[in-house]
Amino acid sequence: MARNWMDYKTDAWVQWCPACGNFGILTALQRALAELDLPNEKVSIVSGIGCSSRIPYYIKTSNVHTLHGRPIPVAQGIKLANPDQVVIVASGDGDLLGIGAGHFVAIGRRNIDIKVILHDNAVYGLTKGQAAPTLPLWFKTKALGQPNIQSAVNPLLLAFASGYTFIARAYAYHIDQLKEMIEAAIRHKGTSLIDVLQPCPTYNDIMTKEWYEKRIYYLDKEDPSWNPNIEKPEDVKKIPKIVEKMMEWEPRIPLGVFYRNTMVEPLDVRIEKIMPGYLQNPPARRSIDIGGRALTNPFVAFKDRIVTT
Amino acid sequence: MEELKTRRPIPLSTNYAIAYAARDLDVDVVSAYPITPQTTVVEKVSEFVANGELDAAFIHVESEHSALSAAIAAALTGARAFTATASQGLALMHEMLHIASGLRAPVVMSVAMRSLSAPISIWNDQSDIFNARDAGWVIMFVHTAQEAYDTVIQAYRIAEDPSVLLPVMVAYDGYVMSHTTEPVVVEGRESVMKFAPKRQYPYRLDPDRPVTIGAIVPPEYYYEIKYQQVKAMEGALPKVDEVDREFGKAFGRSYGVMECYMCEGAEALIMANASYAATLKSLLPDAWKQGYKVGLLRLRLYRPFPLRQFVEYTSNVKSLLVVDRSISYGAPYQGPLANEIAGAKLKEDLGFNLISVVAGIGQRTMENEDFIALARLAWEGRTRKFPETVFYGVRE
Repeated sequence: MARNWMDYKTDAWVQWCPACGNFGILTALQRALAELDLPNEKVSIVSGIGCSSRIPYYIKTSNVHTLHGRPIPVAQGIKLANPDQVVIVASGDGDLLGIGAGHFVAIGRRNIDIKVILHDNAVYGLTKGQAAPTLPLWFKTKALGQPNIQSAVNPLLLAFASGYTFIARAYAYHIDQLKEMIEAAIRHKGTSLIDVLQPCPTYNDIMTKEWYEKRIYYLDKEDPSWNPNIEKPEDVKKIPKIVEKMMEWEPRIPLGVFYRNTMVEPLDVRIEKIMPGYLQNPPARRSIDIGGRALTNPFVAFKDRIVTT
Repeated sequence: MEELKTRRPIPLSTNYAIAYAARDLDVDVVSAYPITPQTTVVEKVSEFVANGELDAAFIHVESEHSALSAAIAAALTGARAFTATASQGLALMHEMLHIASGLRAPVVMSVAMRSLSAPISIWNDQSDIFNARDAGWVIMFVHTAQEAYDTVIQAYRIAEDPSVLLPVMVAYDGYVMSHTTEPVVVEGRESVMKFAPKRQYPYRLDPDRPVTIGAIVPPEYYYEIKYQQVKAMEGALPKVDEVDREFGKAFGRSYGVMECYMCEGAEALIMANASYAATLKSLLPDAWKQGYKVGLLRLRLYRPFPLRQFVEYTSNVKSLLVVDRSISYGAPYQGPLANEIAGAKLKEDLGFNLISVVAGIGQRTMENEDFIALARLAWEGRTRKFPETVFYGVRE
């Protein structure tokens, strides 16, 4: 029997402010998992620190709540040991693009099959609204004493430059479209980013629902011929257009799948090349004992090195 | 009239008291990253910068590691630098802690003490500080918001003294102090700057005389540089005492490096710091009424450790109960402070019975009766040995 999204709900009380964009992301993620009919135990959601990082508490899968900035390394550990596991990083822009930016870049170089869902609200909501890495230059949200003098990082371009092979942008209040993008990301094999624009009704008093909805549009609705797929060598010709769309912000903000490159080997295929058998027999499924006895007996293996007194 | 007005206490949390101290000290550079329960310190400082009450460069960094890095660099250019953190922030700073003391950067940092992950706890204990104690910083614990304000001011006098030049941490309990409001006398810029004027940093980075700092040092020299830190730390001890006495003359409040409260006639002592010391001060009279003649030995200066005062206060008591709010897993005594006190007892040949108690981990509540129970335990300790650390209030 197919699962429905309620199968991924937990009993925990959801602790976010009313109208927080996180609710949309939570619902879309649960629906996407249901649509793909993924067994609960085959999915891991890994979060960092921040309001968004409470999401593992609300989804009934095998999850880890890690340290500030560090969900990506933990997720990579899970994925390397269990190549079959669907591994999703869900964390904020402060977490992934500020303190954890080094990991955000490193994962792209590997094209490891992890889905990064970036809860992008441009503020540090949990600590009451400081400027986060995606807050545009000169914006002065309510908690700031002075306008922001740092420029925003562009998550799509950073991901592109780092080697992510699936890059999309969604809007947290458009749950159906977000759900579609999460499904597409999970189906893609390789490092994936969904940058989810997310109003923070409590602390971001500039980038509100009204602000976003005046600006956003969908790439494929605007241009029915939009095709983000890089499947054969000549498709690289599309890249200038893709990058141009990634750079577009004001006055209009494009949403949708920007880039899907299926020509880059994912990490597990690379590992298989240097470690044959890795995919058939990944670390998490290797036996370490038979009937409670270790497979290796160190007293035998190191027999000639044992010092007796 | 004006003088009287500025000296009236105003209600401040310990976090805000520290921000006011930074303002009155006219700090030049503040670099910080938000972390609970520290955030409101730098939030308030940023407000002072924004509204023009403080002329400082406020650097928004992307992590605590960067926050301390920037503060160290600022201090080495001769700027008065300030930062604040807690918990994972202090843990993430750890390698920079050693660099601050190794480069002799007179940075002052306030720490709203909080437990460490995993599991995640945003609540108070003192694991963060006790994991940072060997990084070569002067460490001071405060037990009221007023003392926090006063100690941050003293801290700059100590840190910037040419005979010291060490970074200083001022530590207090997260939430219990950081987010509770007390009356605080705020002295204002003029008198604070008179007490703690900015001094020329003797090894200031100077664009006209370029040098490289932090360069590699071979085994022939490294040890001597580290030994200079040993001597600087030893020299800081009388300096802290002296600065505190001068502070008393200037502002009418001084604290000593270690405080013994209700020690007259006490046969047993409880060694505690920060909010526990404050709570014990209010509860010890009840303990005495119940027949437990127990005093409070309040740890204020922790590094360098005020051994002479410790010996003076403990040489005539029969027992000393040391309360730790962090755990040194697997150590002989599993409270890190108790472990050190065991060393001090042996070194100075002191006769008291030592009782090691761990309590308040992850802010496990300690009610009034729990503190009375500690007084009873200290009292019993006069005639009874407690060979193992007591994990008070844990469910097994």
